[in-house]
Amino acid sequence: MTQLILIIVSAVFINNFVVAQFLGICPFLGVSKDTKSAFGMGVAVTFVMTITCLITYPIYTFVLVPLHIEYLEIIVFIFIIASIVQMIEMALKRFSPTLYNAMGIYLPLITTNCAVLGVAELVIDHAQMASILGIAESAMNMGYAVLYGLFAGVGFTLAIVIMSGLREKVNKLPVSKHLKGFPIAMITACFIAMAFYVFTLI
Amino acid sequence: MKNSLKNVAVSGVITSNPTLKLVLGTCPTLALTTLAMNGIGMGLAVTFVLIFSNLLVSLLRKVIPNQVRIPAFVLIIATFVTAVRILLDKFLPVIYESLGLYLPLIVVNCIILARAESFASKNSPLWAMADGLFMGIGFTLALTAMGAVRELLGSGAIFGVKLWDNFSIAFFSSSAGAFFTYGVFIALFSLLSSFIEKKQKDKQMQKLLDSTSTSEVKQ
Repeated sequence: MTQLILIIVSAVFINNFVVAQFLGICPFLGVSKDTKSAFGMGVAVTFVMTITCLITYPIYTFVLVPLHIEYLEIIVFIFIIASIVQMIEMALKRFSPTLYNAMGIYLPLITTNCAVLGVAELVIDHAQMASILGIAESAMNMGYAVLYGLFAGVGFTLAIVIMSGLREKVNKLPVSKHLKGFPIAMITACFIAMAFYVFTLI
Repeated sequence: MKNSLKNVAVSGVITSNPTLKLVLGTCPTLALTTLAMNGIGMGLAVTFVLIFSNLLVSLLRKVIPNQVRIPAFVLIIATFVTAVRILLDKFLPVIYESLGLYLPLIVVNCIILARAESFASKNSPLWAMADGLFMGIGFTLALTAMGAVRELLGSGAIFGVKLWDNFSIAFFSSSAGAFFTYGVFIALFSLLSSFIEKKQKDKQMQKLLDSTSTSEVKQ
């Protein structure tokens, strides 16, 4: 139980994907104009990240490593992610049209989201995962990989929802025309990063 | 617009600078600009991938069917990223270590896919390579400049050379400082380019006025 709480705090707050590791910045800036679509994007990314970890981790450990073709990991991972996204899209369209309407437009964007490829690359790096999760390097297994994928996604959702709430307010303020758009969004993100920085002091 | 080397160069480095104007490839920009050297390393890796993926996309532009072009582009890019990774690991292990996770993530760097889609798939191989080169240079320059500013203010050093000892603002080496510096850079770039644009317009207007006044005198 303590282990689980440790993983949650580490993945969601201390090593937050967006503000501490700079992964998934494109949707963080692009789809954070209103809270509703930010939340939709967050849920879609979390979903894809969890399933990606569930599939890429065993493929790397049980197929690529025994065959000594680890150097193909990038090509294999990007293909798996593209296929997963395509399959989720088709499955949603067929079985849950309401969910498809809510999540559908974000799904194609997720293939080129670095948070997804980033989490797939992170969980196979046992040394780094051990330091993030506070476990022994040899104890790393699929359960941890999937849990990390899930909570890293939750961290992404948290950051993008906070960002969209702030941007809704900031957009009403009169700012210089050179600061409008990306620059003011970056400075807003700077304050979120400062808030999250507190967690690294624990 | 007709292709000319000057046009491609100016658009890659200045008028559509991928980092400061198009705001693409933000993840490595924010993460790796703590040191100026990282900016150069990342910039050169991206430039290499851009040149060769643009070349291959352009060579295959009549072969790849339109419906499957995006997966085909991604596969081409992933191949070159794998090549860069193996080469760096073998010959420049220091840079390989400092780029870390962001090296494989070049695959999903939007700059490369955007150039493949919007330029390389419509132009001949030589132009595509030139575009890749200048876009890469624009990206490298922006990253190195931001890295230099953050390194100087955050640790009082530049390219690892210590300039002073007793003054540093830790904020600029933190993740919050990354967002702040990037935001300020985009704003300054926009300010500067609108200033230059205005100057050019004034000059043209002046020329126009001069020519009309001289013609009036003649009459």
